[in-house]
Amino acid sequence: MTDTLLPEGGPGDVPPTTRADWQTDQEVRWCPGCGDYSILTALQLLMPDLGVRREKTVFVSGIGCAARFPYYMDTYGMHSIHGRAPAIATGLALARPDLDVWVVGGDGDMLSIGGNHLIHALRRNIDINILLFNNQIYGLTKGQFSPTSEKGKVTKSSPIGSCATPFNPVSVAIGAEASFVARTHDLDRRHMQEIFRRAYEHPGASFVEVYQNCNVFNDGAFETITKKDVRDDMLIPLVQGEPIRFGSDGQFGVARHDGGVRVVEVADVGVDALLVHDEARPDPSTSFALSRLADRPDRPTPMGVYRAVDRGEYGAAMHAQVDQMADSRGKADLKALLHSLPTWTV
Amino acid sequence: MTETAAESLVPEVGGLVIRFAGDSGDGMQLAGDRFTSASALFGNDLSTLPEFPAEIRAPAGTLAGVSAFQVHISDHDIFTPGDAPHVLVAMNPAALRAELGTLIDGGTVIVNADAFVERNLAKAGYDHDPLEGDDLDAYRLVRVPMTSLTKEACKDLGVKTRDAERSKNFFALGLLSWMYSRPIEPTIEWIEAKFKGRDLIIAANKAAFNAGHAFGETAELSDHQVVVRPAEMPAGTYTNINGNTALAWGLVAAGQLSGLPVFLGSYPITPASDILHELSRHKEFDVATFQAEDEIAAVGSALGAAYGGHLGVTTTSGPGVALKAETIGLAVSLELPLVIVNIQRGGPSTGLPTKTEAADLLMAMYGRHGESPLPVIAARTPADCFDQAIEAARIAIEYRTPVMLLSDGYLANSSEPWLLPEVDDLEPIPVGFASGFNQVDEDGNGVFWPYLRDEKMVRPWAIPGTPDLMHRIGGLEKEDGSGNVSYDGANHAHMVAVRAERIARIPVPDAEVCGDADADLLVVGWGSTWGAITATVRRIRNGGRKVAHVHLTYLNPLPANLGEVLSDFSTILVPEMNLGQLVRMLRDEYLVDARPVSKVTGQPFTPAELQHVILGELGDDA
Ligand SMILES: Cc1ncc(C[n+]2csc(CCOP(=O)(O)OP(=O)(O)O)c2C)c(N)n1
Ligand code: SF4
Ligand SMILES: [Mg+2]
Repeated sequence: MTDTLLPEGGPGDVPPTTRADWQTDQEVRWCPGCGDYSILTALQLLMPDLGVRREKTVFVSGIGCAARFPYYMDTYGMHSIHGRAPAIATGLALARPDLDVWVVGGDGDMLSIGGNHLIHALRRNIDINILLFNNQIYGLTKGQFSPTSEKGKVTKSSPIGSCATPFNPVSVAIGAEASFVARTHDLDRRHMQEIFRRAYEHPGASFVEVYQNCNVFNDGAFETITKKDVRDDMLIPLVQGEPIRFGSDGQFGVARHDGGVRVVEVADVGVDALLVHDEARPDPSTSFALSRLADRPDRPTPMGVYRAVDRGEYGAAMHAQVDQMADSRGKADLKALLHSLPTWTV
Repeated sequence: MTETAAESLVPEVGGLVIRFAGDSGDGMQLAGDRFTSASALFGNDLSTLPEFPAEIRAPAGTLAGVSAFQVHISDHDIFTPGDAPHVLVAMNPAALRAELGTLIDGGTVIVNADAFVERNLAKAGYDHDPLEGDDLDAYRLVRVPMTSLTKEACKDLGVKTRDAERSKNFFALGLLSWMYSRPIEPTIEWIEAKFKGRDLIIAANKAAFNAGHAFGETAELSDHQVVVRPAEMPAGTYTNINGNTALAWGLVAAGQLSGLPVFLGSYPITPASDILHELSRHKEFDVATFQAEDEIAAVGSALGAAYGGHLGVTTTSGPGVALKAETIGLAVSLELPLVIVNIQRGGPSTGLPTKTEAADLLMAMYGRHGESPLPVIAARTPADCFDQAIEAARIAIEYRTPVMLLSDGYLANSSEPWLLPEVDDLEPIPVGFASGFNQVDEDGNGVFWPYLRDEKMVRPWAIPGTPDLMHRIGGLEKEDGSGNVSYDGANHAHMVAVRAERIARIPVPDAEVCGDADADLLVVGWGSTWGAITATVRRIRNGGRKVAHVHLTYLNPLPANLGEVLSDFSTILVPEMNLGQLVRMLRDEYLVDARPVSKVTGQPFTPAELQHVILGELGDDA
């Protein structure tokens, strides 16, 4: 079937690449200082390490500043329309399971206009890697509030503050049955690369929220937690199998509390009371509870992989059905199809 | 040909129109369908018109719950489900009330007399029993206690009374099979195959069918008996096909002919869902069906698959096309193959979801932002849906463009005998993915330009996975050739012109004039009006008057000779199931005084209606 379309070259003999191989000749058009640059760099530096073929890699995006991403990656790519990238990527990934399909978009793109496609791609567990660059603002349209902007946010379209409660993207993804959910931020390249690698390796849909600074319309939105000097106390590293602990001296931790979780001082509760992180827990409740620790970037915020479970991937199931029908019916025979209803001969 | 409906039951020589009507739960679609199948195997030409209520389970016994199935059988070639039924089968008072008006004067009404009880009469809005009053004086009434006779026939089978009652549609079918001399075997065989393993149901349905047949024989209904002989049809093997099945098979065939896997992205909507259902059953042809979360995702996934080198298809009805518009515009910009199928229904909004209309032509032509032309073609008969599905795919692949294929609710559900094509005679569809560089840069290195066009103005289709040809495409305007994003005004003007020209240049067959080329009056049609127009033109010409007919399959681009053809006629009438959309296009394109003949009642034109209009136009002088 699809194989007949595919050019030569299996995974075994991937020629090594360098960062330069993944860069295009297009002038990068983000504002100077935009967080998008560091995300691009992190990924361009990571790709050679993943040992993948450029021609087998596709970036699909919607519209927005973030969505310019594909133009800068020397792979196949489609800069599509606002919000629809998860749907387009779904078709591509289902049609071509041999490809690595990445989806890039902003908070407006994927949680507002494209929210429906995002949750269904996650629910179906389509084999795509979704990177949501969350700057809590509409960048490309010059600064309106977005579905992740905090309530009361003053913007051009909300001169005396927005009225709506924002989405927490990680909570949304977990609620949408995502099998892989992680968060990282644009000021920590190593962390981004680690998370992107995990997303790449995960079979099925991977969802990564990247806190991204829009220095023009929402500067410093995440500074309170991501800046180097506050990071230790404000970011909670999620490490698989380890008690969840943070703070410059490891003085804080996360413990179960009242059906959810809360931040505690280790001195008060003891190390044994700390929650041991298990991203593979089949029940998503604890991961969800972790995502509720901070609904704004002014409280300690978990970073890393919230959830990573193995769950059947849609494309594999879909192709298995094709094979199943092919096996039970034998060779596809168009003539037999046309004669499958009662016929008569004149 | 004379129309002597009042004396004989057969206005078109050797033809008969029967309408089965009952409550949604009465199984009238099934009865009609089986009658049709038996008639097809018997060798009649035929055409059907199923009509469903919009509600799945409208309150039983009400007018809203009436479901009807009309079939026209004939001993010669016919083109429509008929002007008006000669026979009405009414399973309850609501069916009689809703459908009686369609029957010809002097026609036969066969009623299930058991259903005419006070409660049902009230539900249907009768304040009296029409079987007793003078309501039916103009008709030949045949009262049959179908429910009780069915129960009686099943009583020794061990079937529950309620289940036995359900078989009354087979009783009606048996009765009609006797009255109109249909063969029995196909129905018996069908019952046995369909309900295999459910012996009680088989027994009940067979008993009911046989009882209906015997009732005709014993109840002295012989003066109602009519024979419609087999029609003379071109030699070959036939099957009875409806438009949606033919369209689905055409898409399967297009996949086979192009060698591309078919990817259908679709979201359920009446009357298009059956294409999704049918294609879901044929995965062995390398057909993937994806039921998306909405129409936007449906077309998006199809476009994604097309980018990956599959035959991307999306099927829907008008409301769905409205949602897909932005993505179709993207496909115009990306210049990727994509087939969009619109099974039109009554609009705007939810409109008449189960009724037919063809009012999406202008949406197909212009319903996108920006200058975004695409080819539009329309099927004319149920069987033609097969050919046009292949044609849509061929144009899409050959010219790297989204193509809109129009059908409608009438074609979708109505059926006709189809002379099956020889599979080996179907033309292969060449694909030709790009496999290497097509340009050199200033340093003399090979590069790939995604928008470098060939002599047909077609750009290369380089699918992901192809080494060296990595490139980015998108909805932003591109520089012609290199495909790089370009905000340059002059380039945009050039690209707008290129997109227009490359579609306008797609060669399509010349328009063919049927009928009298030297007539004054030309009827121009598109889509499913073909049957009614063809039947009408034949009648008028048989009556000694001159009239010509041009039917358009290709609506964009229009046939190159069309302007010249139109200029030969002083009167141009355009029957359409809308308020005159093709009329606007013809006036716009050719500055001709084309005039609309509109029908937007949710039902197709009948030849009688068109005949009336055209004869009125021709006037009395011969
Ligand atoms: C159908 C449609 N509606 C609106 C727009 C305008 N638009 C472009 S990007 C955007 C929002 C961008 O915000 P986000 O997705 O957060 O991306 P960012 O620019 O912040 O990276 C909007 C509203 C559009 N391009 N298409
Ligand atoms: S507007 Fe904001 S998000 Fe967009 S490029 Fe500029 S800094 Fe980055
Ligand atoms: Mg944003």
